[in-house]
Amino acid sequence: MRILYFASLRERLNKGEEEVTPPTSVATVSDLMDWLAANDEATALAFERRDVIRTAVDARIVGPAAPVRNAAVVAFFPPMTGG
Amino acid sequence: MEVRVEETPFDPGAETNAFLARSASAGGAVTFTGLVRSGRDEPVSTLTLECYRDLALNQIGEIVAQAIERFALLDATVIHRFGTLRPGEPIVQVMTLAPHRQAAFSAAEFLMDYLKTDSPFWKKETAPGGKEHWVEARAEDDAARARWQQGQK
Repeated sequence: MRILYFASLRERLNKGEEEVTPPTSVATVSDLMDWLAANDEATALAFERRDVIRTAVDARIVGPAAPVRNAAVVAFFPPMTGG
Repeated sequence: MEVRVEETPFDPGAETNAFLARSASAGGAVTFTGLVRSGRDEPVSTLTLECYRDLALNQIGEIVAQAIERFALLDATVIHRFGTLRPGEPIVQVMTLAPHRQAAFSAAEFLMDYLKTDSPFWKKETAPGGKEHWVEARAEDDAARARWQQGQK
């Protein structure tokens, strides 16, 4: 599974993407965030305030309960400032 | 409809002309162009837009499809840039075409309100001294988007 980070989150974690293989117990976006945070201190800090983190699974915006088991790409990013 | 997310600069006038040239039987077209701002109080030397392009194409495509249905548009185009831009450079252009002007105006506003909050771009401003900061999402933009859901327009 490919994980993408954007903007301030990318800078905080000092990485734009990584390849991970979560255990089968990781079923949802929320589980995945818990698992990533448990494995990396910087991620744990960056994921502390989940209300300011948006998520996309395979280039579709989803909520924390969305399934991730069959996802190829999961992206995490701050609120968007387009236009 | 057309959605473009690109790093290369675009010519706002040429884009408008091309859009109008395709609009054989319509009554009114509206073009909105968003430019990089640099105020006296907060001067900006560059604005860098980071983008998640695959998601941007999906999100903007959905927003444009919604606008076409809601305002019965005959056509709509959104062009959005990413990369490093200077003050005055076009960032975004929205063009709408409808049988009557009100739908074209409203749809352009709807598209811009949704692009602000729902399209995956992040803006970093660099001041003339080199100091950088990420532009925060604004509550006003959330409010502008929300009014379309409350049926106030």
